[in-house]
Amino acid sequence: MKSMWAGLAGVVVITVVAYFVLGELGFSSAERGSGSAVRLETSN
Amino acid sequence: MLRLYIFALILASGLGAPAVAQDSMAPDRSATGGAQTLEDILARQRGEGIDDTFRRKNTGNPDTAAGIAQQLGTLGGSSDPELWRALRYGSVDVSVSSGGEVAAVLVQDGGMWWLDFRRTTLKNWGGYFLLGVIGALVAFFLLRGRIRIDAPKTGRTVVRFQSVERFAHWLLAGSFILLGLTGLLTLFGRTVLIPAFGREANSFILIASKWVHNNAAWAFMVGLVMIFVFWVWHNLPHRTDIKWIAQFGGIIGSKHPPAKKFNAGQKVIFWSVVILGASISASGLSLLFPFEIPMFAKTFVILNDLGITGLLGLDPLPVELTPQEEMQYAQLWHAIVSFVLMGIIIAHIYIGSLGMEGAFDAMGTGEVDEAWAHQHHSIWLDDMKAADKGERATGDATAAE
Repeated sequence: MKSMWAGLAGVVVITVVAYFVLGELGFSSAERGSGSAVRLETSN
Repeated sequence: MLRLYIFALILASGLGAPAVAQDSMAPDRSATGGAQTLEDILARQRGEGIDDTFRRKNTGNPDTAAGIAQQLGTLGGSSDPELWRALRYGSVDVSVSSGGEVAAVLVQDGGMWWLDFRRTTLKNWGGYFLLGVIGALVAFFLLRGRIRIDAPKTGRTVVRFQSVERFAHWLLAGSFILLGLTGLLTLFGRTVLIPAFGREANSFILIASKWVHNNAAWAFMVGLVMIFVFWVWHNLPHRTDIKWIAQFGGIIGSKHPPAKKFNAGQKVIFWSVVILGASISASGLSLLFPFEIPMFAKTFVILNDLGITGLLGLDPLPVELTPQEEMQYAQLWHAIVSFVLMGIIIAHIYIGSLGMEGAFDAMGTGEVDEAWAHQHHSIWLDDMKAADKGERATGDATAAE
């Protein structure tokens, strides 16, 4: 069962690492679709 | 037109959808000078498909412009309504100072249809499909019951999967379940979460789902590559598969056909995961990096050239898509193929746990009882025993020297 738990832990590790690595590399779908001049939020 | 192509995509992915018949009789619009009539508006309000060629093509003609010295000579060959129609249908030549071809699309005509398809047809068909799969499995369980090990357990076990294989399996399985759940939440959030938990909770859950979905996708792709490398050799077709299929794999009836490491049913699962998983990954990457990886126009060129659209009785697929249309196709394809794979995986989870005694051990501890192995993978068990004997004989010979 250790392999199963290791695999599931691997999902968590890769998910978190992917977030930081891709952020460092500048890949972000949110940034790609918006910018300082584009704001979808409303003030209310 | 876009709708017709999406229906073709659905048919190709195994989810048939009834085609909407278009009325080929052109209505009389002489009373409005060729513009849309009250009947057109009412038909649209009834949700009926309308051939809007009469509007799409009605975008003026610069060649008919009056000479510059004549009356109205500086107004060109298009009226304002004609210009707006051209903008709406993307036939006007737009140039922008920044933003590239994405920004050059000022009005995206397919956007509303895509949104409507996503929140109605996709959601309904996808939801019913998954419920249908679950219902079929419940019915199967009630009729067939759990597939038991016929012979008494021997107490002797054989290694079915090594640790690294199980790691890859659970990496893929865990990420797929996460992706499936977060994907379903994204699609059904407005329908299910808002009535149950309110808009604030829905917003929080969907923001979290998007984060998980975007980042757990990498674990899925890593797992997909790993299982492909580990198991592709064992999943190549073999003549024993024919016998296995002919006897329905022992699932129906009491016979247990011989099988190697993977039987024909498992090979179907494997290739479904590999092919559909790769397709989902490709469309997912296209969504993850918006407008950077357009792939549908290129795919449509290949499908047209191979004559596949002709075989399906369709007009050639469009080979020039706006960046926004590429994203819409990517999103719909991603969701449709994911629904199909989710259905397959739900069946896989059933047979690997509740549906078959002893099956979970293969991916749990990695070891299965010889009685189970003999019943479901007799050729593989014989090969393993022969290899074990060979190793022992070699070991004895070495020791004797």
